[in-house]
Amino acid sequence: MDYFIELFLGGLTRGSIYALIALGYTMVYGIIQLINFAHGEIYMIGAFVALIVAGVCTIYGFTGVSVLIIAAVAAVIYASAYGYTLEKIAYRPLRGAPRLSPLISAIGMSIFLQNYVLLAQTPDFLPFPSLIPDFEFMEPVAHIIGSPELVILITTFVTMILLTLLIKKTKVGKAMRATQQDMNMARLVGVNVDRVISLTFVIGSALAAIGGVLVASYIGQVNFYIGFLAGVKAFTAAVLGGIGSIPGAVLGGLVLGWTESFAAGYISSDYEDVFAFGLLVLILILRPAGLLGKSRKQKV
Amino acid sequence: MTDMLKEFKQSILISLWFVFLTFPLMVVRVNTTESLVEWRWMNMVWVALGSFILSYLWRYMLARQQARKKVADSGLEKQSKVTLLLEDATFRYRAMAVLLVLALIFPLAFDTYQSTIMISALIYVVLGLGLNITVGLAGLLDLGYVAFFAVGAYSYALLNHHFDLGFWTVLPLGGILGCLFGIILGFPILRLRGDYLAIVTLGFGMIVKIVLENWSDFSFGPSGIAQIDRPGLFGIDMDLAGSTIYIYYIMIAMVVFTILVTMRLRNSRIGRAWIALREDEIACVAMGIDMARTKLSAYALGAFWAGMVGVLFAAKTTFINPASFTFMESAIILSIVVLGGMGSILGVILGAFILILLPEYMRAFSEYRMLAFGAAMVLMMIFRPQGIISNIRQKYEYKGLQKETDNG
Repeated sequence: MDYFIELFLGGLTRGSIYALIALGYTMVYGIIQLINFAHGEIYMIGAFVALIVAGVCTIYGFTGVSVLIIAAVAAVIYASAYGYTLEKIAYRPLRGAPRLSPLISAIGMSIFLQNYVLLAQTPDFLPFPSLIPDFEFMEPVAHIIGSPELVILITTFVTMILLTLLIKKTKVGKAMRATQQDMNMARLVGVNVDRVISLTFVIGSALAAIGGVLVASYIGQVNFYIGFLAGVKAFTAAVLGGIGSIPGAVLGGLVLGWTESFAAGYISSDYEDVFAFGLLVLILILRPAGLLGKSRKQKV
Repeated sequence: MTDMLKEFKQSILISLWFVFLTFPLMVVRVNTTESLVEWRWMNMVWVALGSFILSYLWRYMLARQQARKKVADSGLEKQSKVTLLLEDATFRYRAMAVLLVLALIFPLAFDTYQSTIMISALIYVVLGLGLNITVGLAGLLDLGYVAFFAVGAYSYALLNHHFDLGFWTVLPLGGILGCLFGIILGFPILRLRGDYLAIVTLGFGMIVKIVLENWSDFSFGPSGIAQIDRPGLFGIDMDLAGSTIYIYYIMIAMVVFTILVTMRLRNSRIGRAWIALREDEIACVAMGIDMARTKLSAYALGAFWAGMVGVLFAAKTTFINPASFTFMESAIILSIVVLGGMGSILGVILGAFILILLPEYMRAFSEYRMLAFGAAMVLMMIFRPQGIISNIRQKYEYKGLQKETDNG
């Protein structure tokens, strides 16, 4: 039973990270129907910036939680800036182009950013300092759930609540929902659609950066390629839950996390990724709109 | 004057923004094990200068793009000289003949090393043309194309290893196996549209690689399969140089075969159905085209070439392992198709040569290869979505009327 709980919590941790990244995909897709392929790279850049900032801070004498906070804030700022720039350069000129064009542009951007980090930094895995301290009160349950997992779960939970509040309660959120429903109509009633799209990218990137910092300090290493697989997995999660739906992304992330965790634990850890993609194919065949997504009727 | 000042100001701001953006990644490098921070201030200067100049170029290109769009909208667009030349049938045949002769004497004029490079470029030509069917003609974005390549390569390697089957026996078999995998992958995703398709094919490509890496009893795992037989020629023993030239000629034959088949396919009933499907799926189905069959055939035929050329790849390198079949390969093949011009045969061939030979001959820049590919994909989509050479559609013109007006 302990093993089961361990796998369950492992899946939950992993799933909540997927959910954080998946939110970026889902929000962007909801508004401009584009798979932002470079989203995984934003996550990776977030992790890298955190690593660099944490490294510099440690060398210049900062210690403890302050390093974590500075690094996380820097990662969020930079990832948002990258997301904003990415949209401006690679996607905005292509608005109104055939659907394949922005998708290919996104793939190009993903390859570009990967190699940019590879050339600017290093092709090797860099050790990431474990920024999350061990809490004493976690001692009794440490064999099932560690402090980093707890921090990840709490951070994700809080972030999700904040995001939901932002979208449901604020004026900006209302503008986002309006743009999602009908971009032209939103423009007519005075929503600055371009700014809403930029904002969506910024928020999505910030969430990805939070995910990046958490994962990197949990796993303990970073390289230029981590964004790719994470991005694909998170996209799987977004599709699983129903792309465009925010609760769907969370649910999809958790389901994917549990699937991987249990499959790795009970069947074989070599084929972990195969299960993830198998699940994706299965969902798409049986329920293309995803678990919580609404199936859109195509009108001519 | 104020315009110039405004532009200057804007460029300064852009350049400052990029300095900010690239600061932690380009300037700082931390060595955590030795607690050293390396500051690379020179990079900052480069970024500032580069982005300043590029922002001017970017604005100029965007303005030109807009102007061109206006011309296109007014319907007064002139065809470029290259397109006109290419539409001329006699010129086309002559050019082809010259190229073919050049291709045939190539290995005799240059050494083995050059031939080897040429073979790999030709392999990518065939791969590009195959993917061109799926992506360029039918408009189905396939991000796991390299999986079919792997199927072909592994089918030859395994059949050769276990049953001692020869190259020529397996060559069609590899193609057919590729085809089969195309259909297997095609069935579940028939119902999906554009972007979902991309992600499922990506997943499929990764599944194939993971299986090859982990199922050691079947595929010998990450260590791969060595000592695969080179293609035979009636049992004649050949040295390395001889067999390289031999493979080169096989490859030329394959390229010619591929070009002929894809050219005929494009103008056939099924080719037109693909193009119609790409342009508008709903209208296409309403016109009575069987969507399932058309899509499946696009996948199957695209995969066929990958499977076949995979066999040749295994025979050429005599050693394969899963590391040759990563997503990056799929991305390279895709960028060949995109940069060359989706749907255009000549464009894809040119794209393959540029993308494969350029980094090969400019070794100093080969690190920057993927960086340039990525950037080129983005820029191409924005400034020249039709690729280097745009697809020339066969046109039927009514010539009678012209004569009448001449007479009258």
